[in-house]
Amino acid sequence: MHELGVVFHVIESVENIGKENQLTQVASVTLEVGEVSGVIPSYLTDCWKWAVQRSDLMKGAALHFEKIPAVTFCEDCKEEYPTVKHGKTCPRCGSGSTYLLSGNEFVIKEIEAC
Amino acid sequence: MGDFRIIEVKQSVFADNDKRAAEVRRELKEKKVFLLNLMSSPGSGKTTTLTRTIEMLKGEMKIGVMEADIDSDVDAKTISDLGVKAIQLHTGGMCHLDADMTYQGLSGLNAGDADLVVLENVGNLVCPAEFDTGAVKNAMILSVPEGDDKPLKYPLMFSICDVVLINKTDVLPYFDFDMEACKENILKRNPKAKIIPICAKTGEGVEEWADWLRLQVSQWKN
Repeated sequence: MHELGVVFHVIESVENIGKENQLTQVASVTLEVGEVSGVIPSYLTDCWKWAVQRSDLMKGAALHFEKIPAVTFCEDCKEEYPTVKHGKTCPRCGSGSTYLLSGNEFVIKEIEAC
Repeated sequence: MGDFRIIEVKQSVFADNDKRAAEVRRELKEKKVFLLNLMSSPGSGKTTTLTRTIEMLKGEMKIGVMEADIDSDVDAKTISDLGVKAIQLHTGGMCHLDADMTYQGLSGLNAGDADLVVLENVGNLVCPAEFDTGAVKNAMILSVPEGDDKPLKYPLMFSICDVVLINKTDVLPYFDFDMEACKENILKRNPKAKIIPICAKTGEGVEEWADWLRLQVSQWKN
């Protein structure tokens, strides 16, 4: 829901990295996005296309995604299960004592630049 | 065009905000200002609850309020009519406040001499939950007409709140709202949450809420 704000944040971070590394042009940015991070890649791409045009360093830069699967751990049966399919309740033992191991990430993984 | 190379970044997008939020909290601690981040859906009674709370506490502590809205200054006017300092923050279409906007608001409010500052976040149960504002504690209001299953629909919001106010208890007879099921749903997400049923309109339960705030403010100062 807050894709535009997130895009501005990514652009600002990459611009800072650009300054630190004396970069002149960024060709692409790769994000790691967890399945339950709440960020929808297609919306993000739309905001991105508009927002990067406002940055000299990043004009026309592509946006790539790497999806990180959401995995939940059950404290009762000590097993992992896929979060998106089963939610907070363990499909094996029905326990609600579970927590997310991965899947809420939103990380700038790498940039391609010169 | 030069040769493109890959630069590994591995930087969490939320990490910058978290860092800023920690700075805001550090400064609040130094100045002994308690900042409460108040969140809810639109129409759950944030401003009415705040009005009640201010009436109860303004004689014993200095209070400031920051009203965040996408537009308008309706809420800030209501609050400043009570005789406390209030400013309106416009998020310019953004669905939440981040730590930097909070910092700017605190400066604008000149909050250094306040005991309690309340940040009335944008009415939204999704985005504000994902951005640490730098507040000392998070509170949210769930109103009876919204339903007892709300904690199941917005798990993140309920899991980050220190206190949940269940507002509009006066209309309980007219809704299929199961108070015990609601409490159970909240505690399933967040076993440490303090739950206080209130009615901002009649004042029921507001004293318990004011006591919770008094305790938080005095603990933060020490």
